[in-house]
Amino acid sequence: MSDATIGGGVQPITPAPPSTPPRQRQSASGSSSAWRLTDRLGLAFAWFLGLLFCAITAAIVIFLVVQGIRFLRPYMLWTNPKVSYTQSGSGGFFDPMIGTFIVAAIAIGIAGPVGVGVAVWLSEYARPAGLARAVESTVEMLAGAPSVVLALFGILLFESTVFAPLSYTSGGVVFGKSFFAAGAILSLVALPYVVSSVREGLQAIPNHVREASYAVGKTKIATIRRVLLPAARPSVITGYMLGIGHVIGDTAIIVLLLGDTETFQGVGHVPILGILRGTGSTLTSYIFDNAPTGDLNQPNKAYAAALVLLLIVLGLNLIVDVFGRRSKELLWS
Amino acid sequence: MIDEDELEFRQPGFDQDRGAELGLGALVCLVVVVLVAMLAFILKEAWPSFAHNGWSWFLPGGNVDTQIQAIFTSGDLDQAAKFMIRAWPLIWSTILTTVGAVVISFVCSLFVAVFMVEFAPAPLKLMLEPIIRLLASVPSVIYGLIGVMVVVPFIGNHLITQSEKASVTPVIQLSGYSLLAAVVILTVMISPIMIAIFAEGLRSVPRGWLEGSLALGVNRWRTFWRIAVVTARPAMVAGTVLATARALGESVMLSMVSGSVAFAPNPVDGLIFLFEPSRGLAPTILHNTDELSSPPMKHTLFAFAAVLLVSALGLSLAGWAAKQPMKRYFNVGGAAA
Repeated sequence: MSDATIGGGVQPITPAPPSTPPRQRQSASGSSSAWRLTDRLGLAFAWFLGLLFCAITAAIVIFLVVQGIRFLRPYMLWTNPKVSYTQSGSGGFFDPMIGTFIVAAIAIGIAGPVGVGVAVWLSEYARPAGLARAVESTVEMLAGAPSVVLALFGILLFESTVFAPLSYTSGGVVFGKSFFAAGAILSLVALPYVVSSVREGLQAIPNHVREASYAVGKTKIATIRRVLLPAARPSVITGYMLGIGHVIGDTAIIVLLLGDTETFQGVGHVPILGILRGTGSTLTSYIFDNAPTGDLNQPNKAYAAALVLLLIVLGLNLIVDVFGRRSKELLWS
Repeated sequence: MIDEDELEFRQPGFDQDRGAELGLGALVCLVVVVLVAMLAFILKEAWPSFAHNGWSWFLPGGNVDTQIQAIFTSGDLDQAAKFMIRAWPLIWSTILTTVGAVVISFVCSLFVAVFMVEFAPAPLKLMLEPIIRLLASVPSVIYGLIGVMVVVPFIGNHLITQSEKASVTPVIQLSGYSLLAAVVILTVMISPIMIAIFAEGLRSVPRGWLEGSLALGVNRWRTFWRIAVVTARPAMVAGTVLATARALGESVMLSMVSGSVAFAPNPVDGLIFLFEPSRGLAPTILHNTDELSSPPMKHTLFAFAAVLLVSALGLSLAGWAAKQPMKRYFNVGGAAA
């Protein structure tokens, strides 16, 4: 595709007017008047696409905010979904919202420490080299694995007798669906983001910092714990936030592994454990069910929930931006 | 704080160090084992379906929806399990949506990445990056909601004429749930991934190489395409491949937007082709999750999953391999865009 704009194999040399000094690094439009037509068309196309991209994003956000404000009512934030044929009688989405937080907490609770461990190993140890390559490609493959497939794997895993106590059972039948199951599988979704972000942060720390720490007699693991990880904290936080962002945005795993019941259906009588072993829903599955293609078909509720979800995602993005900037500001001299 | 530091100073703590390395090593081995186990379990569950159908599993033949129905009911009743399936319409739909979205998205992303890295004025440059990150993190179900509420009705009411609808009434319904809607929204979904990786590659091209070309009098546009874009080719491959894997695995948005008929859109139909509904492999799994209780159905769904997983893993592996030569020269980032 790229060659189309270059035109032939001839090295194009457009001589600059001799009197004007080279004016690079100025605004592109100012200097492009002497270019060939194809070049100018290409630049115009790039401008068009760049602005189109901004416009699409703005349109999506504005559309969701407008529709969300039209349909979101405060009571929805603290009432539970109710079965009703009218949009006004079907309650709010308190349980799905709490479900989103529970799932995110479980997933990042697993993916966080594991991800940091994997990143530390990859960046600081990485021996033997064969294993390092295997781990690196594993993380890469996890990032590309379709979430429906992960969800099916989760059902297989949590239906098995080993993990059965952690999932929804009714009358002796193990359904393989629970907050534990969904959180555990979602941690696989979050893992690659944590690993790549932390690893990048660790690799940005120059070697003389490590050497200085060894020189005062610290062991390698003490260096990692007391020097490197504190220095890489912004990257760790960024990785966590990216991971959470993808966890709360996932729908397929929730629909398959959380049972997709609108309110929490706990198991047993232990208060918190019962909920975690039971089924429920999150904002994403709530939207999925309330869209016209879903089982409930109440688009107004879907819009309202979408706004809440979008705000959470925007908040996470903001945190990523702040800490991303902070990790870049860390100067090593 | 101080005494602990001194403690570590006095005891070199090699045992502790060795233990830490082994512990972390065990952890990474566990991660590898989980992936291998996933592949093994899914292939094992999928095997009966492949074994019964042989290579014709991948071929066209008959109506997939009736086949799936037969498979499901055969598990419920006291009868021999049926496995007959010819999954081509589902595979074809996955291929069409994926390739369509990836091709469009590649062209757009390349231009946007070039624009963002080199030609955009400074304030726009600063704005574009968070915008792309935001677009990449919008959950797919929200894209699906917008598709169902805006894009699908628009296509159904304004782009498809009554005569076109009438011309295919005996076979399928054209209501806006279509290939076109699926490809358009999927393009918006995967573009940010591509743009992020492309831009990262373009940024890591040494400035001096570009300046050398500029000093020879080559204009900025050509310099950038000839030097930066060509140098960043591994990043292009990696980005495209990762985006393809993402598009392949997309289930939620497609199940909302592409229509839920296992119909194979036919390019011979002309323009209507774009408006025909279809259902890919991933949406089919999502669509039929309630039927996992029927053993033959379970094997069939796992067979769909196996096809998806093997292709996605292959693609990720290829993308990872493509990034390696780039990494040797400059530091180009990791898994997650």
